[in-house]
Parts: sequence; C-alpha cells; structure tokens
Amino acid sequence: MGIRDLHLKVLVIGLIAIGLSICFYKVNTLGLPLKPGQHGEVWTIQARLSFQGSTRPTKVEFAIPNRTPGFVVLDEDFISGNYGLGIVEEELNRKAQWAVRRAKGRQTLYYRVSLARSAGADAALSYGPAPRYPEPPSYPEPYDSAIRAILEDVRNESADIASYTRELLVQLNAPNPNENVELLRDRASNSEQWVYEIAEVLKGARIPSRILYGLRIGDSVNHLELQPWLQVHNGQRWLSFDPLSGTQGMPDNFLVWRIGSEPIATVEGAGAAEVNFSVTRNYREVVDIARQRSKSAASRLMDLSLYNLPVQTQNVYRILLTVPLGALLVVVMRNLVGMRTFGTFMPILIALAFRETQLLWGLVMFSLIVALGLMLRFYLDKLMLLLVPRLAAVLIIVLMMMMAISVISHQMNADRALSVALFPMVILAMTIERMSLVWEEHGPHEAMLQGLGSLAVAAVGYLFMTNELLTHLVFAFPELLLVVLAITLLLGRYTGYRLSELHRFRSAVRSQQIP
Amino acid sequence: MIALPGKLRRLGILGINQRNADYIMRYNPRSRFPLVDDKLYTKKLADQYGIAVPELYTVIEIEHDVRQLCERVAEHRQFVVKPAQGSGGNGVLVITGHIGKNYVKSSGSLMSREMLERHTSNILSGMYSLGGVPDKAIVEYMVQFDPLFEHISFQGVPDIRVIVFRGIPVAAMVRLPTRASDGKANLHQGAVGVGIDLTSGVTHHGVWGEELINFHPDTGALIAGTEMPHWPRILELAARCSDFIGLGYIGVDIVLDKHLGPLVLEFNARPGLNVQLATGCGLLHNLHKVEALSELPETPEQRVEYARNELGHAPAAPAES
Repeated sequence: MGIRDLHLKVLVIGLIAIGLSICFYKVNTLGLPLKPGQHGEVWTIQARLSFQGSTRPTKVEFAIPNRTPGFVVLDEDFISGNYGLGIVEEELNRKAQWAVRRAKGRQTLYYRVSLARSAGADAALSYGPAPRYPEPPSYPEPYDSAIRAILEDVRNESADIASYTRELLVQLNAPNPNENVELLRDRASNSEQWVYEIAEVLKGARIPSRILYGLRIGDSVNHLELQPWLQVHNGQRWLSFDPLSGTQGMPDNFLVWRIGSEPIATVEGAGAAEVNFSVTRNYREVVDIARQRSKSAASRLMDLSLYNLPVQTQNVYRILLTVPLGALLVVVMRNLVGMRTFGTFMPILIALAFRETQLLWGLVMFSLIVALGLMLRFYLDKLMLLLVPRLAAVLIIVLMMMMAISVISHQMNADRALSVALFPMVILAMTIERMSLVWEEHGPHEAMLQGLGSLAVAAVGYLFMTNELLTHLVFAFPELLLVVLAITLLLGRYTGYRLSELHRFRSAVRSQQIP
Repeated sequence: MIALPGKLRRLGILGINQRNADYIMRYNPRSRFPLVDDKLYTKKLADQYGIAVPELYTVIEIEHDVRQLCERVAEHRQFVVKPAQGSGGNGVLVITGHIGKNYVKSSGSLMSREMLERHTSNILSGMYSLGGVPDKAIVEYMVQFDPLFEHISFQGVPDIRVIVFRGIPVAAMVRLPTRASDGKANLHQGAVGVGIDLTSGVTHHGVWGEELINFHPDTGALIAGTEMPHWPRILELAARCSDFIGLGYIGVDIVLDKHLGPLVLEFNARPGLNVQLATGCGLLHNLHKVEALSELPETPEQRVEYARNELGHAPAAPAES
C-alpha cells in the first residue's frame, strides 16, 4: 500500500498537529465545550448601596471583587445615576468610587457582576505579597495567660504552620471548650469579631494571617451576607481555613469579595451606607460563557471566531462548514468503497437540500422529480433537440414540477413538501440528463445503480452533515477542518484497492485456480 | 463474493487508485491528454508517423455541414461515424449498407437519413464528448474484419487492446462484440474480453460480464486457443505508437482488417483495468519488471522482442513472495 511520500506525511502531521492544538487550547483555556448544547451556571450578583443623601458633596467608596479565584467575571456594570464613577485598583482590592456634588434624599447605587466557574482557583487564592512575621502583641491579663496556655497546647500537637493553624482553630471552636477558650470567646460578640480574635491569637504564635470577605453563592438568594474567611501564610503561600471549623481550603462556591478588614463601604459627607447583596443563578450556553470569558481575558483567538459574525452569517457558515465533512464522505465512498455517483459532489448538494426537507421527504421528492423528469426527458429525446436547449428544457420542466409539487401538497396541507423549493434545480436537471445518458448507453441497470448510489451517499451525507456533535465541532472549532484536510490529502495518496474492486476482480482469482 | 486484498495483491492486480496515482499521474503528462482525447488529431499524427489507420472519409465540424454528410459519403456503402472526443465507444455508429433511402446499422436495424443526421448533430453538440464540450464527427473507413473473427464475434468490429508501458507491450486482450454489447467492443457494455498471451499471440479463456467463458455467448464458437494473425506486427504497431504519443502508460486499440492487416483505431490515456480480468492475471508483475529496467530497449522491434521473451506466458504465480 503506497502512502510513502515523506513530504505529504510531514504536511499531514503538521496540519493535524496545528488543528488539534488550537482545538485543545480552546477547550482547555477558553472552556469551549466539545459537546453541543451544554449549559453552565452563571451567577449574577447585585450589590445595592443605599444611604441618606445630604446637600454636601458626597463620596462613596465600595469594595468590589478584584481577582475572583474559582470564578471568572463575564460582565460587570454599575448603576450610578448622576454620580461620577471611578475605579481604583489597590494592591489586593478594587474599589468603586462614586462622587456627587449634592445628593438629597434616599440614594441608591448598584454594582452588578456576572460570574461563571473557572479552573485554577488554588493558585489564584494565594495572591498578595508575603507578609512579615508579626510581633506578638501584648494582651491584657487575664487573656495573656489564657492565650499562652492555648498556644502551648496547640504547639505540642502540631508540626507546621498548617497543622498548627488547624489545631488552633479546632481548639478555639471546640463544642466543649476549656476555660481558657471560654474566656476568649466571651470577648467576641459575633462571629466576625471572633475571627478577629483568632487572628490576634495567631499573631501570638507569630503566624501572619489575613481575613477575606466573600459570599457563598449557590441558588438565587435575595439577601446574602459577606462571610469572613481566614488565611495564614506558611512562608511560601497563603493557606485558607474555615475560621469556625478549622477545615483547610475554601468552599468552591465562595466568591472572594475583598481581602482585609477595612469596611466594605464608606460614605463621606452623608449617612452611613446599607449594603445588600443578592444573587441570581441561571444557566447559559457554555459557548456564550466561553466567549465572554475570552473577552474579559482579552484573548484574540475568540475575536477571530465565527461566533463574532452577525447571526445570519453565522447560520450560513453553520451549514457551509458541514460541506467539507460531506466532501470527505464522498472521497471515502468513491476512492475507498468505489461507489458510483452522478457527479462528484452532487450528493452533497442533495444532502444540503435534505437538511430543509428532512431525510424521508427529501428522498421521496428527489426520487419523484428525477423519475418524472426522466420520463419527460425520454419524450424530449424524440424531438431530437440539441444538447444545450435540451438541458435548458429539462431545467424548465424540473422547475415546473417543483412548483406543481409545492402547490398540490399545500392544497393537501402537506406543508413539509413545500420545502421542495430548496432543491438545487440545476443539479436536479443535470442529474436527470446524466441519468438518461447512462440509461441509454449503459442500460437501466447501470443508471439505477448510479442513481441509488448517489441517493445513498446523499442520505449518509445528510446524517453526517446534520449530526449535532459534528456540526457543533466544526463550527466551534473550525481549525478541525485542517484535520479533515489532512485526512483528505492522505486519502489522495491511497493506492490500495477499492472495496468494489475486491468484488470486481474476484473472477481473476477464480481463473487463477483453473489449471 | 469478494476476493481478499492479499490475494489480489499476489495476483498483481492493479487497482484503479494505484493506476491513477502510480502510473497515469507519474507517466502520463497532463499536457498530452488532449492529444489522445482528440481522435481526429491522433489519427492524423499516426498517419504522419506511418502508422496504419482506417482511412478518414470526412470530418463534420459545424452543424451546417451535417446535411452534407450523406453526399460526402455517397461513394462509400459502408462507413463509421464517431465523435472525435468520445470515450468508451459511446456515439460510435457503424453503417454497413443502404436499403433504399435508409441506412443499415451494424445491428441490422434500419436508420433514416434524418436519424443519421441527428446522431451526427448530437455528436457535434458534445453529447458523447468528455465533459460535454462541442465536438467534431469523424467519418471513416469501416473495417472489414478478418475472417478469423467471423465465428467468435457477433456483429461489430472486434478489436485488440494492447497495454503499452514505457513503449513495451505489457498485456493484451481481444474484445469481441456480442448481441448484448450492440456491436460495441467495450467490456462494460457486454463485449467479451479474451486474454492473449504476449509470447504466442494465442488466446485463452474469455470473460463475459462476471463469467469466465470458453465459448462465444452468441455464436457458440470456441474462443480459447485462437492464434492472432500478424501478432508481432500488432505488438510492434502498439509499441511504435507510444513513441510519438508521448505517454508512458497507454492502451492502443488495434483492429485486424481483412485486406489491410492491423490498423490502429485509437488510444486511451486511461486504459481500463478489465484486461486483467481477460488475461486472468494482474498487470503489476509486468509493470514492475518494466519499471525496474534501467535502460529500455531502443527500437520498437527490440521492445516487442523483450515483451515476448520476458512478459509473456501469463505468469501463473509470482516468483517472489
């Protein structure tokens, strides 16, 4: 078997490598789905700030999510009314700054962000500079001795900073605390303060720590509270802990809103702000999520994608991109199987028409038109017409038959048959002409064989070209066409037998066996 | 039902993919194709090189001349009308005489002058030409076939197809028209293919459609064991053709005329693979042998000599493998 050309091999491998690696990048980095119709969760979080306005110049600062480990921001927007809006990026956090000269009455500002999940939360969780080791604070008595006692206890039962922190948190949150812990707990009036206390205790062990505030998002909820989360630095990276249980890590639905313990919203020149968070969850096509993600990641690749074309053009390409699949099928059918068809790519065009008519109707109407056309073509034969006028005559007859089928079937309320208008009539006319020639020259058997061959290839082509997975793949990953091209090139050098030849030459084998 | 690929490979059967990729694409330069496709041109060219061809009576090139056809061939009782760029014997009309105003086809059926003119006009319009391009109609001498074929042929003209590779004949068969083939000599139209041994020019069994046969399906005459007259001349004629055609892999169709001996009818730049069915052995063994020759024998005579010595006697089994 002779696929031996090195040049071709290199080219083929190159094309496949390029095609698959672009595809791989799109799947892994941009999150384009390999399967069609997949939906992913998208959360829209709305923060609503309200405060009593005053006649003085007012400035509002509101912390907004900066990096969002585990999530990707698809979209964010502000509803600021007549406020001027600025966004300030600090080392760890981001702030929205609203300012207005005067604001009377109840003021409401909104910040809205849409998020989807993304991979790589762990590395991103640890951002921020490495802190210095804190000096142990001097606690007032009796807390000082209580804390020392607790730290001593924990030290005996831990090996490193992670296990130390875990053990400390377990002890501090124990359901049946000892008196030292009890003493500390009394100091904190709510869970938020309790986390501050814990951070203070950690300072006593010279462990740097910080507090994150975030939202645990899940279902749609109207009122959501920011929750504190604890991170300690082990010399290399920040480790996250549930401050109330000691569990290491962060729940995957925890959206980090800000780092540090400064207030979330400050208002200068007016009354204090009330902040309310609400979450709505809905499902969107993964493709859309990937598009927005790449937009926010400023990836040029998605700019070049077909999804950015106008919808009408997109729809055209959705169909056109299946044509190479059909062409590959024709190559396989003709060069590997050895099937005979009228015209090389005629079956693909018929298959495209089947998209609109559906397979069964398509086959019925195609056969009907070709059969009627053949009969009329044999009649035209009697008139002894020259080739081109005869072809034109067949074309006109085909169109009239299509009209007749549409009109009659509409009368019969079989509207499916209206789609006959989508058949490529020139192709039909050429098919009729060719079939009649084959009929005359090689007999009805050969004509039927080629006709059925064409229909069979068209039907298989239709199944291929309407396969949801395949159509999605070529549209979302047009670079896969390079792979199709590579296979086609490879088949172009296939010099082995066709399946039909195994049948055709069988008598040669038999005659060899006759002595 | 089917043969295993390994078995075909061992027999040296050449498949259509391999023929196209390894022989036609490699040995037949594209630029020479129009030459073989135009029978009028090859006929004139062959004539120049002293190759015997059927005499050209007239050429109809434009629609207007169609009506002069009957006058132009009035002096000939018998003639053949065929498209200059036809393929597979399509559009070839053999007239064997007149009855009154009507013409007699080779099948015996009658044809009016009008029908003849219409057939010619169809040829001009490109009905039988490759790709449907406008064509010319050739009117030429009807070959009086050798009495040898009288019993093993049903109407029409049997022809001998020789496959010539790099100037060396590598396989040959004779194609016998049958009732089913309507006087045409193409195997896929129902003619019988009979393999000829290159060395001796003696036929062996025939192939008709799917069947292996020893007797002609219409006349019942024994096919196998007939010796072709003028065999070395036939091979030489075929070998000489490949010199001026400029194609490495061709089929040469030769007919045997009662009076004139072997005449070259036409060339084919993409000869079919049916010869393998007729000879019962693959082309590949001989093709490989010729491909392996670093120096080809120079004169057509030497090449025929080589073919008869080295390539004949239908190799029963490959030497290697």
